[in-house]
Amino acid sequence: MNSVFDQALWAVGRGSGVVAIVLLTLSVLLGIGGRSGRAVFGMPRFAVTLVHRNVSLFSLLFVVVHVVSLFLDPFAQLRLVDFFIPFLGAFKPFWLGLGTIAFDLLVVVTITALLRNRIGPRMFKAVHWLVYAMWPVSVLHAIGNGTNGREPWFLVLAVFCVMAVGGAIAWRLHEDFVEYRNVRRQETR
Amino acid sequence: MTTDQSTVSIRDHVAGPAGTTRLFAAGSADFGSHQAAFGPLPAMDRARLIDELLQSGLDGRGGAGFAAWQKLASVPADGRRPVVVANGAEGEPLSQKDAALLHNAPHLVIDGILIAGRSLGAKELHLFAGAEQLAPVARALKERGEVRIRLHEAPDTFISGEATAVVSAISGSLAVPGDRTKRLTNSGLNGRPTLVHNVETLAHLALISRFGPAWFRSVGTGSSPGSRLITLSGNTAGPRVYEIPTGVRLTEILVSTGVDLHSVRAALVGGYHGTWLAVDQLDARFSKEGLAPVGARTGAGIIMTLGSGSCGLAATADILAYLAGQSARQCGPCINGLPAIASVFARLAYGDTNGKLPQEISRLAALVTGRGSCAHPDGTARLALSALAAFASDVDAHLRGRCEVLR
Amino acid sequence: MTERKVTMHIDWTRCDGRGLCVELLPELLTRDDWGYPVGRGGSEIAIPQNLEYAAQDAAALCPTQALRLHK
Repeated sequence: MNSVFDQALWAVGRGSGVVAIVLLTLSVLLGIGGRSGRAVFGMPRFAVTLVHRNVSLFSLLFVVVHVVSLFLDPFAQLRLVDFFIPFLGAFKPFWLGLGTIAFDLLVVVTITALLRNRIGPRMFKAVHWLVYAMWPVSVLHAIGNGTNGREPWFLVLAVFCVMAVGGAIAWRLHEDFVEYRNVRRQETR
Repeated sequence: MTTDQSTVSIRDHVAGPAGTTRLFAAGSADFGSHQAAFGPLPAMDRARLIDELLQSGLDGRGGAGFAAWQKLASVPADGRRPVVVANGAEGEPLSQKDAALLHNAPHLVIDGILIAGRSLGAKELHLFAGAEQLAPVARALKERGEVRIRLHEAPDTFISGEATAVVSAISGSLAVPGDRTKRLTNSGLNGRPTLVHNVETLAHLALISRFGPAWFRSVGTGSSPGSRLITLSGNTAGPRVYEIPTGVRLTEILVSTGVDLHSVRAALVGGYHGTWLAVDQLDARFSKEGLAPVGARTGAGIIMTLGSGSCGLAATADILAYLAGQSARQCGPCINGLPAIASVFARLAYGDTNGKLPQEISRLAALVTGRGSCAHPDGTARLALSALAAFASDVDAHLRGRCEVLR
Repeated sequence: MTERKVTMHIDWTRCDGRGLCVELLPELLTRDDWGYPVGRGGSEIAIPQNLEYAAQDAAALCPTQALRLHK
């Protein structure tokens, strides 16, 4: 392999990882916004749902580009087993393992979301809650494993993402989160 | 006390009980008395049973009043072995007739389950009823060595007897209604065709199988034949169960059971999901056709009189509060709408003179109707609306800060 | 040509009143006092032919899968 190709793979691997973090963050924000039942971000409710779905699929696409390019890149020393089983990596096994976990969770969450109408709302919902584990794990992986992970510009980006999702979760936990909450008796079963 | 079984001579053909006392004709709950009064279990096949039920005109006695033959005929004969469920869950506080039947004539209900099960080639037979009612049934089953019928305890909630709730409970889940897009007779317990009949319906089925449609029709009216169980209660007397010929006038029922009509202000017909009838509407006949002109239904055969010293609006407000609390908390319009109706109605009943209250009750009643997976919101709305109609003059009095009864 | 009658069934045990269906079918649905969809027919909303695609979107996008179309 020539070194230009290796360089390109390396750049694509890093860049797609950063984009994936941003898209995952956006997806979480849209998901929480949609759950409120309100028309958030200046969009109608159905549009929030559609954008959430599309941003999520794009984030998976970038994650796939991220792992495939690094798999092909000899420097990253990624093996097939690292896609599925965490903490076996040759290089920074702990931080890579977090990436493995996040990747596996994202795959499971995406598959169940796409099969939502087959598996029913209970199963879908239970699996979808895993996002609240997947997202922080993926951010930690980016900071710990990324070549640029501890550079100021990325840390600023990461802090921005954490604050946005943290704010959204705080809103999610607030009792007035759901539209009509103040006039409804209680949540359904 | 009970006769030794061996000393009872059992005829092959016993004549059907004469008069109106049919379901309780055995006089005692034991198997010997049952066999002496009604004779052995008749042979019956599916086609003949459906035909005899069709000719008899028997309708369901659980509340919905669906024709018994039609429900049986809608069980598909597609090779899947169906399930038969006898429903004795009586969550309605004003009804005690299923309990009375299971305590006094459990063998007739068992006969009905066995005949329906045999004629359909059923795979499973179930009986669902409150714990107190299961005891006499268990005794009766033991007495005749019958082990095929499985007993299930119904929780003491208003909606536990709703057919999908019954199937849900038997399958091991909560006794709450489910969303219904398929008929239970096509896809019920574990996906099997499931016939859910009220226990009284099954007891009548057992008699019709023995004595035929003509005998069944020898009491009651042409359009509403046979006898039926009613639970009569009121301010003065606790609930009592009677077997009456269908189609008797409400006034006749009341007078013949010793109620002084002058002491009656109104009657709630059909139970908590039923309809208030003003005293001048009580000459209606207690049958589907007889009650239709006054907007009422027989329901599970419930009549509750309201004494002339009681406020109908207050009584209704209390029932509405109870019904709101009995929501299964599954459907948004029911969870939110029923407490709203109850609360606005309570304001009207207990002193708020805001003239818009009746209008708001009507609006909320219309809003919840048809918007639940079971008929709980519909029944609750019906009760509220019927109270506004039956006690219309008292509504006016309340809005002027008075009450026609309690001054 | 026989007219196909499409109806939309609302499963109230699932409906959480999130309002997407009301946005997609404003001709047929409004929201009640608590945000749940209200339309003629209660639990079985008749869908005219020109709104069939909108109804399909509503069923597909319902966050709690409370809507089903049947003919």
